[in-house]
Amino acid sequence: MTAGRLGWAITDGWVMTGRNMRHVIRSPEEIVLYFSLPIMFVLVFGYVFGSGMAVPGDGSYREFLLPGVFVMTMLYGLGATASQIAVDAGRGVVDRFRSLPMARSALLTGRAGADVLRALLELSVLVVCGLLVGWRWRDGLGDALLAVGLILLLRVALTWVGILLGLLVPNPDTVSVIVFPLAFPLTALSNVFVAPELLPDWLGAVAAWNPLSATVAAARELFGNPGIGGDSWAAQHALLLAVGWPVLLIAVVAPLAVRRYQRLSR
Amino acid sequence: MNHETPAVVADGLRKTYGRTHALDGFDLTVPAGSVCGLLGPNGAGKTTAVRALATLLRFDGGHARVAGYDVTRDPERVRAAIGLTGQYAAVDETLSGRQNLVLFGRLRHLPVRVARRRADELLDQFGLADAADRSAGTYSGGMRRRLDLAASLITRPRVLFLDEPTTGLDPRSRNGLWDAVRSLVAEGTTVLLTTQYLEEADQLADRISVVDAGRVVAEGTSAELKARSGADRIELVVRDAGHLPAAARVVERVAGAPVTLDREIRQLSAPVTDRITALADILRALRDAEVPVEDVVLRRPTLDEAFLHLTGHRAAGARERAEVAA
Ligand SMILES: Nc1ncnc2c1ncn2[C@@H]1O[C@H](COP(=O)(O)OP(=O)(O)OP(=O)(O)O)[C@@H](O)[C@H]1O
Ligand SMILES: [Mg+2]
Repeated sequence: MTAGRLGWAITDGWVMTGRNMRHVIRSPEEIVLYFSLPIMFVLVFGYVFGSGMAVPGDGSYREFLLPGVFVMTMLYGLGATASQIAVDAGRGVVDRFRSLPMARSALLTGRAGADVLRALLELSVLVVCGLLVGWRWRDGLGDALLAVGLILLLRVALTWVGILLGLLVPNPDTVSVIVFPLAFPLTALSNVFVAPELLPDWLGAVAAWNPLSATVAAARELFGNPGIGGDSWAAQHALLLAVGWPVLLIAVVAPLAVRRYQRLSR
Repeated sequence: MNHETPAVVADGLRKTYGRTHALDGFDLTVPAGSVCGLLGPNGAGKTTAVRALATLLRFDGGHARVAGYDVTRDPERVRAAIGLTGQYAAVDETLSGRQNLVLFGRLRHLPVRVARRRADELLDQFGLADAADRSAGTYSGGMRRRLDLAASLITRPRVLFLDEPTTGLDPRSRNGLWDAVRSLVAEGTTVLLTTQYLEEADQLADRISVVDAGRVVAEGTSAELKARSGADRIELVVRDAGHLPAAARVVERVAGAPVTLDREIRQLSAPVTDRITALADILRALRDAEVPVEDVVLRRPTLDEAFLHLTGHRAAGARERAEVAA
């Protein structure tokens, strides 16, 4: 790929990001819906179940929980990504995009761009919400921003998973049904709600190697929140895995998604 | 592109869907700067051909060049040179008309300011200025169609593909579109349009290719097609229906061909080979037989009849009209 082409691919992706953001502006009720789920998680797990939950070492369960909720919100955003790509792929306007001299990847990178921007918005709301229930970052702003960066990196990777999913099941209704049973076990078998060392051995091992756990553990570490550490290699190298897993996912899934899109309806 | 290079060349295109041969050795050459009409019944393969030429569809066999570039090997150059308005509107329903045109302009790599200005011009030209800021999802079918057309004209395309462009347009919008096409052609754009309306092909196209079952079955100007598709006809109206059988016997004998009768309007018609001689002979024979004739015309076959002759079945529009008449 020449520099010129790469330049246009970026520009076109950015233009498509703008298009997708305009869609969001035209249906703000959808955003409200998005925020309500994670806020509910904070309240339900923080207050209702939280009183009965243990945290390894010391510390408040709510402070343990919040980084997990941040990451979980990123995971559930995948459903929206998938169904919007499916909607897009089924729309007549795709024919128009295909007949324009624009980068082939732009429909997808534009989706990814818009979804990451939206994730940033969601994260801001969650952070405010977290501050209200007593969550704090304790190791300085620099580390906190790094944590946010890692969470967004995971979101980028999940966006591509969502895009591939949306292209494989090109029916928006099916997509939303499929995403929950995929996403729920992933959060359940992670360190989002419970520290892996409190789980039975083999479950703990699965949870420790879960890509979600890597980002959650890294974020806890960088925010200075409780519940870090553990004996497994994965838990010891949370930062490394929090970069490694998403990068691996992007490297594998993004090209598959682009190829799938190019083959679609041809 | 120099003017000897045809704007569109399709050479033996094939495309199968399961057991359907949507394109079955489709050949077409459209000289630069001309308007080519693809005429064919439902399912003939017109849309498939257009989508293949516009790089939207991978075909199974054959070669195609558009604006001098190979469609399979150089699709990006082809896309930069073409405009496409497909059979079904391809606009973003969530965005407003203006946002749509600006978006497509930017994706054609116009600077923002130029894209905005061009969008305004097109909204005016296609009578959409009042609805410019409403989301396209709220547009009527005809308005969406016009927006779709505007979207294919953001930069002046060298080759413009229009798949049934006037379906769903009212007569005024249709005339507007025809004018827009004519002025583009005057500036050098080549147009390939598909239609089921013989009138539209007759009006706009320099040459018409009749498509049936995935291939071009006849090609020529509309006059050539009419001439090629069978003989002229004589049509006679007799004074009262009681004279029809006698008249039919006379005409059949003189013309040497089967006669078609229409009792309602007391008309009979028959194909003739030598127009003037046949006219004189028939009228003389009728006078000798004392059959009073009220009216007589000689006419060339209509494009409808040409179509029927060339494909062995009627054009869709004609079929509908025939059903209404029955
Ligand atoms: N995606 C597809 N899957 C299966 N069959 C298809 C597909 N697209 C077209 N066909 C078939 O290919 C043939 C040609 O279709 P096409 O749409 O090109 O016809 P057309 O001439 O444009 O007809 P119309 O006048 O109705 O628009 C038809 O038999 C159609 O059923
Ligand atoms: Mg068609």
